[in-house]
Amino acid sequence: MAARDYYSRGQNLVYNRPVLVIFAVIGVFLVFDILRQVGTGTIVITDLMSYLWNGLVLGMSLGLAGVGLSMTYSILNFANFAHGDLITSGAFAGWATAFLIAGLGEFSVESLILIGGPIAVGSNELGINVVNTPLALLAGLLVAAVLTAALSLLLDRIVFKPMRSADGVTLMIASVGVALFLRNFLTYSFLTDSRGLTGGNVPQFTIAGVTFGGHQITLVVVAALLMLGTHILLQYTKIGTAMRAMAANKDLAKVTGIPTERVVKLTWIIGGGLTGCAGFLIALQQGTLTVTMGWDLLLLVFAAVILGGVGSIYGAMVGGVILGIASRLALVWIPASFLLVAAFVIMIVMLLVRPSGLFSGRTTA
Amino acid sequence: MSTGSIQARAEGWLGNNDVRLLVALALAIGGLYALFSVVLGFQLNGTVNTLRRVAFLSAIYAMLALALNLQWGYAGLFNLGAAGFMAIGVYTMGILTAPVTASPPGFGLPLPVAIVGAILMTGVIGGLAALPAIRLRADYLAIVTVAFSEIVRLTLRAPEFANTRIAGVAFGTGGATGLSLPSNPIRILFYTDPAATAPAPNALGAAIFSAVEPLGIEQTLVIGWAYVVVLCLCLGLLYWLMIRIGKSPFGRVLKSIREDQQVTQALGKDTRLFKIKTFALGCALMGLIAILWRLSGGYASPRMFKPIQTFYIFIALFIGGTGSPTGSIVGGALFASLLFEGPSFIRRVVAEYLQLSNAPDTLVGALAQLGTLDVTPLLAYSVQDVSISALRLMLLGIVLVYLMQRHPDGLLGHRKAIASSVDLSQQATQEDDNE
Repeated sequence: MAARDYYSRGQNLVYNRPVLVIFAVIGVFLVFDILRQVGTGTIVITDLMSYLWNGLVLGMSLGLAGVGLSMTYSILNFANFAHGDLITSGAFAGWATAFLIAGLGEFSVESLILIGGPIAVGSNELGINVVNTPLALLAGLLVAAVLTAALSLLLDRIVFKPMRSADGVTLMIASVGVALFLRNFLTYSFLTDSRGLTGGNVPQFTIAGVTFGGHQITLVVVAALLMLGTHILLQYTKIGTAMRAMAANKDLAKVTGIPTERVVKLTWIIGGGLTGCAGFLIALQQGTLTVTMGWDLLLLVFAAVILGGVGSIYGAMVGGVILGIASRLALVWIPASFLLVAAFVIMIVMLLVRPSGLFSGRTTA
Repeated sequence: MSTGSIQARAEGWLGNNDVRLLVALALAIGGLYALFSVVLGFQLNGTVNTLRRVAFLSAIYAMLALALNLQWGYAGLFNLGAAGFMAIGVYTMGILTAPVTASPPGFGLPLPVAIVGAILMTGVIGGLAALPAIRLRADYLAIVTVAFSEIVRLTLRAPEFANTRIAGVAFGTGGATGLSLPSNPIRILFYTDPAATAPAPNALGAAIFSAVEPLGIEQTLVIGWAYVVVLCLCLGLLYWLMIRIGKSPFGRVLKSIREDQQVTQALGKDTRLFKIKTFALGCALMGLIAILWRLSGGYASPRMFKPIQTFYIFIALFIGGTGSPTGSIVGGALFASLLFEGPSFIRRVVAEYLQLSNAPDTLVGALAQLGTLDVTPLLAYSVQDVSISALRLMLLGIVLVYLMQRHPDGLLGHRKAIASSVDLSQQATQEDDNE
């Protein structure tokens, strides 16, 4: 009877969701192909471990950057295209602070605030890294969080609050305008040069042939702590409950007496703060900073959020890690110039097969 | 409100005749640029060239806005991947026309065949992309299409396809360095052998060139203007096509899908098929227009097809107002002349009038001198290449936010082509008046 039951369920699946079945078969085939290639020695196991570790680092960056996007997506109901440039804004604010603290007295304030750029500050002479200047980095992280939260609130006040009743598409287009403004304001202020950030000897560990960079570890640990904090905030505080209620049903939340405008403000503050931290940490891990950093990441962050399920912050975290690892593992089959293509294809497939994401139906915030 | 009545009178005079409105707009923009150039004493050749550039971009963006309007304004399909379809059109044409011996090699086909091939290719890919995509919500469709356009751009940029051989056929996209396109086909009107490096003019060419030579106008400028005239003819043709589509039974179904998809389905229309057809047609048009755009430059590179290109078209479309073909042309012209070209023109004016000293290296340096109430360092900083283009894009961002807040339907949004054959809202107000 049980076997018959499984059989009919399988039959239903093939008839009703043929696309899902096809992609599942492809997925299983790819996993077996990795095992086969490791078995035959086509890929070295240390390479595979490196892909996994680098994928985890990318995944944690995307996850942390995605939480804020997912929160605004579920509570305000629009895809915020300005999110990428909030990431960049956070990175610039945080790194200007870190440079100022690390280099005050040695270099001119002008060159430090502008993070080098046209006036060269040798990032090697400044020697910012986790071991040399932990306090400068901590201050930078805090300023990145506070200023990005403040910027989010300001943008909400000027741009989004007057259009609360507008539909998602109108808000999305307005956010494209905000993105253009923010990115080019940064270009106007800091100019376009790619600037080096870190210097000195960054510690790194090599275990079994896999290199774990000091800044990679910093990113993964801090991101994990921030996500844990967000989880506790949403799960065990009154604010968190109110936010989850609003994500589930805005009208009902309002009727219940939840001050919706205050919840919206808190969403921007928490989401913006996390986004600023993400920008600062991603720049730390990359060691360089450009004005297009966040914009270039934006589609990947969208992919992570959609993969996990829009509105679910755990989905954003898990989606980010899965996407990060999957896109790095794709290097087993495809050349590096198609890395982003692989990630976008995963996102498009996800939207077509299961638009509600892996964590569908669980709008936790 | 006196401004209101002036506006009302202007609209009364212009509003009831679209062609009159468009001609008045073209004259106003051209007049504005010409006036500034004459007052500032620019060279005639430079002035005519500025006008050509503005007219060229206006025509291109008007056409692109028309194509996008077909998808968004008529069928309600939010396609943020326009740049990708433009790239497919241009690159298909480029690869089909490139000589077999060139590097990267192509198929060596004549230009008209290649253009037809490119339109078919863009249309088919657009249709295939629409097949699964149109089921999606508008915001997901936007994300999927923008991801699609990035996939196209990254693939064209990838070194793997720069100069490749698939199934024995050698071809290539040129990778990040880009692809050479055939020279401007309009040259055949003026030269006996347009392919030569220093071609001899034919009878028509010689007559026109010698006529404008004393005015200091160069040959390339004459060719440029001839191309703009051809573009304007194309624009007219496309405008006529859009009006025809809008009034046809096909167009009425599209507009009813935009208004209420369920009602349309209940009336027995296969809305899915209509959407796929519209998406494919719009994409094919975008491919064709992109070919017209790049043929004048003779060169294409993946950098030209970033998502910002799509946003430009959307800004043009939203300025004019969605759903109205006349609005699309007005939006395209206003976008290209005021927002796209305006800032660099203003920069030339500033540079001409204020003898700006060396620009400070940084914004901090420029702001520091504001203390002494000297704004010239800030101006000098702002009119540098990087800063002026950043300021231009900041302005675009502000315009987009402003439009979404105040006029989400665009400046001419109230003229939205109505879905029914009779304007029901107008009839209702007339009845109210009678009562």
